[in-house]
Amino acid sequence: MFDIISIVIGVIILVLAFLALNSKSLIKAVLFLSGISMLAVVLFVIMRAPDVAITEAVIGSGLVTALFVFTLLSVKKEEVK
Amino acid sequence: MIQYIAIILFVFGLYGLLTNRNVIKMIISLNIMEIGLFIFIISVGFVYDGIAPIISSTADLGLLYVDPLPQALVLTAIVIGVGTTALALAFAKSIHNKYNTFNLDEVEEKL
Amino acid sequence: MKNLLGLLISVALGILIVLALDVSESFPDFGSVEVSERVAEEYFDEDNVNEVGSGNIVTAVVVGYRGFDTLGEVTVLFISALGVALIIGSSKNQKRLDLKFKPNFMLKTGSRIVFGIILITSLYIITHGHLTPGGGFPGGAMIASGMLLLYLADDEFRSNIKGFKILEGLAGSLFVVIGLLGLLLATYFLQNFLPTGAVGDLLSAGIVPIIYILIGLKVGSEISGVIDNFLTEEESA
Repeated sequence: MFDIISIVIGVIILVLAFLALNSKSLIKAVLFLSGISMLAVVLFVIMRAPDVAITEAVIGSGLVTALFVFTLLSVKKEEVK
Repeated sequence: MIQYIAIILFVFGLYGLLTNRNVIKMIISLNIMEIGLFIFIISVGFVYDGIAPIISSTADLGLLYVDPLPQALVLTAIVIGVGTTALALAFAKSIHNKYNTFNLDEVEEKL
Repeated sequence: MKNLLGLLISVALGILIVLALDVSESFPDFGSVEVSERVAEEYFDEDNVNEVGSGNIVTAVVVGYRGFDTLGEVTVLFISALGVALIIGSSKNQKRLDLKFKPNFMLKTGSRIVFGIILITSLYIITHGHLTPGGGFPGGAMIASGMLLLYLADDEFRSNIKGFKILEGLAGSLFVVIGLLGLLLATYFLQNFLPTGAVGDLLSAGIVPIIYILIGLKVGSEISGVIDNFLTEEESA
């Protein structure tokens, strides 16, 4: 059971990483990175590491994605002019 | 099996870092490399049928626990990754303010 | 051409790592690790657990046995927040970045209630770091997430940046002062000099909860300062 779940999640992570590196728009790559981070939290939980899972969930979903989006938004404002 | 996937994720991140010329894509590749590394380090300390290393009283010290030392190392590394990403994004924003592009080839032409 | 060279280097590195780990005899198979042959066997010894006094063994490693590495990590985070403030921050009149969308009134008011709930959860996770999973680092990041919510929900919100910077400096200095007190009152830097109670109580484990509270406050105020630097700009009047 552990092996099946970990292999399925691992394959989905590899597909998302491949899509994130080959996408043309930057905002889609940032959203794929957030998805990879969430699936890595599931892997940490089934490998019995609750401390690391809580830390990665809070930092990967809230703070890193927000910093990327703020950088991209403040740039698009100047391109509109 | 999960260790092969973690090493392949690390190699994906390295390929993205060597090939892309967009600064934001480089920072995303760096983060993908770091996530692959964290999964590999925690998988080194995993024991089948072990439980999480938290004890309630001194009575249950004889059970089978997973190794707590790799988890402490990864806890430090995650927070340092956030600091590195924040500083790199500050650099990217400053590059765009000055040269009006994110692509490093165009920045080299304008220099 | 450059893409092909990059692909060859990455694939060669991957194959090198896999072959080197397969050949070496001291790298165990996945899942069949003998914990009794590693350093972690000393962490589960009854005398050592009573000496540090923490129920969460990962907390005992991070703050107790390897507390000097945690001091180094706090320094790295401080340097990165300093770098962001020097590159992006501006000292003249500051106003919020104009992002051309306006949140409405219900969002502004409702977010303050949710901020209160997030703050209570983060304080619970920080202070129970030696009994349950969590500790100072995710708790501090949760405080910063609460401040991020207030920034996103209100268009004109700017927090008290001077107060945050004073709090950050004070928390970092108190960490080093407690370590030096361990050197003066006991034998070595960052030794546990307060009495450790029974494992599993709230008031146990000596200086471990105090250090985690200081780390949580420091990390929270640092990341809030970084978010504020990303969202303000100079007033170009």
